[in-house]
Amino acid sequence: MRSSSSRACEGTLAIGPRNATEAHRAIEAIWRIESARLIAGLVRVVGDIGTAEEVAQDALVAALEQWPGEGVPERPGAWLMGTAKHRAIDLIRRRKTLERKHEEIGRDVEMAREVLDLDTAIDDEVGDDLLGLIFMACHPVLAKDARVALTLRVLGGLTTEEIARAFLLPVSTTAQRIVRAKRTLAEAHVRFEVPGGAERVARLASVLEVIYLIFNEGYSATAGDEWIRPALCEEALRLGRILAELTPTEPEVHGLVALMEIQASRLGARVGPSGEPVLLLDQDRARWDRLLIRRGLAALERAESLGGALGPYALQAAIAACHARATTAGETDWPRIVALYDAVAQLAPSPVVELNRAVAVGMAFGPAAGLDLVDALVAEPSLKSYHLLPAVRGDLLRKLGRPDEARAEFERAASLTDNVRERALLQRRAAECAAEQMAG
Amino acid sequence: MRVLIMAKEGNQSEAATPPTPEAMAEYQKFDQELLKAGVVLEAGRLHPSSQGKRVRFDGKKRTVIDGPFAESKELVAGYWLWQVRSIDEALEWLKRAPYDGGTFEVREVVEFEGM
Repeated sequence: MRSSSSRACEGTLAIGPRNATEAHRAIEAIWRIESARLIAGLVRVVGDIGTAEEVAQDALVAALEQWPGEGVPERPGAWLMGTAKHRAIDLIRRRKTLERKHEEIGRDVEMAREVLDLDTAIDDEVGDDLLGLIFMACHPVLAKDARVALTLRVLGGLTTEEIARAFLLPVSTTAQRIVRAKRTLAEAHVRFEVPGGAERVARLASVLEVIYLIFNEGYSATAGDEWIRPALCEEALRLGRILAELTPTEPEVHGLVALMEIQASRLGARVGPSGEPVLLLDQDRARWDRLLIRRGLAALERAESLGGALGPYALQAAIAACHARATTAGETDWPRIVALYDAVAQLAPSPVVELNRAVAVGMAFGPAAGLDLVDALVAEPSLKSYHLLPAVRGDLLRKLGRPDEARAEFERAASLTDNVRERALLQRRAAECAAEQMAG
Repeated sequence: MRVLIMAKEGNQSEAATPPTPEAMAEYQKFDQELLKAGVVLEAGRLHPSSQGKRVRFDGKKRTVIDGPFAESKELVAGYWLWQVRSIDEALEWLKRAPYDGGTFEVREVVEFEGM
């Protein structure tokens, strides 16, 4: 993502920019603030994200042409919306002119007026519009990758280049993904709405999944040599916080926000001085971000008070909270973590959850108990190339005083990960085991 | 990035006169807008400096000074901690705040490498 401009703005804050560069920076910032709301308001008018984005971009271009000379308007959001809406009306008219007979144009003018009348309505219902756009971009009809790219584009206001860079993809692939996503939504006649009832549950789950995917992509990069890409975490957190304000009574939204806040609180402690990863129990807890922990615990409380303690995100947040509350690694309430993993496993049993549970059991009741559980997972086909299985097994074997077997596991784990930093960490573990073997 | 916004409202905040209901409604509307944009991490208001203290350090010596403090233009009356993507974004938000006086200082918070 864009490296943030850090030049301090000196002197007094003037509404009118003093030069063109300053105007461009102001426009960029305003775009970041307004683009999602703008596109959301426009989708309600024009019906599809593709057209909405197109006219929003037109408005941006108009701003870039006019603002450097004339100054930034007092209400830039309203200016962009007004400009975009006029483009939308032109566009609708032109399309209809092509499609329909001459005499029907009269009706289009009528429609154009209706569109303009929506002005006030748009101001009032920004929250609902934004929510509608979130649900639309995260519609389950789209593949996960498409949902993620489209969400970052229309809700995060990121450029295609920025999204491509964040996911280490060619720009053309990302652009195509976004174009195809918009087309799929149009072809499936996905409506611009805030779903209710039973549909809401499934649709909300899809939204939460997208936000957490973005967060995780930033939190533990799946490939490349960057251990974390914090900009993606920040973007996901921002989306989560926005969603929590728009849907204050949805417990799982608060659960997800809690999980992300608490995990993000460790970002500064997860990387050592030379960029190497530092695992949770080895982290300097003084470097954990207390503000984010406090926010995370508050969000978790909110989820629980709404009756959502057993939701999948709230449960994961509760596990993260166990670590966050422990002043030292030794004070971690491992039996509680085991109990929480039991609840996760009941809700959504999976080999990865079992593996995590095994780690907790190993900590709560000794490495032998943990190893029993891990050994039961060795034959699991879905974990065949999952590097954390041998990594966990290696850790437990090492604690049991079996460094020779542990070393082989760490080496296997290192060969299975694509992350350069993580591989180095696992190789170091293997080397330590080799040293212990020699000493023993 | 995180930015700290320090509200320096001048004599108004020192007098501790509560804002009019209309002004209050405007502030709340703006606060809501910030919250809904996922910008605010933390916010607070401070009591007048007459209730404040200062501790001056001079080598090993510490001197406690009672408020009120004289340089009222520089006194912080409230603060926000914002999560934004650039200083420019913070400036654009701040310009929308419904204040008709005072100075607001925008400072980027130093964060850990990699954050």
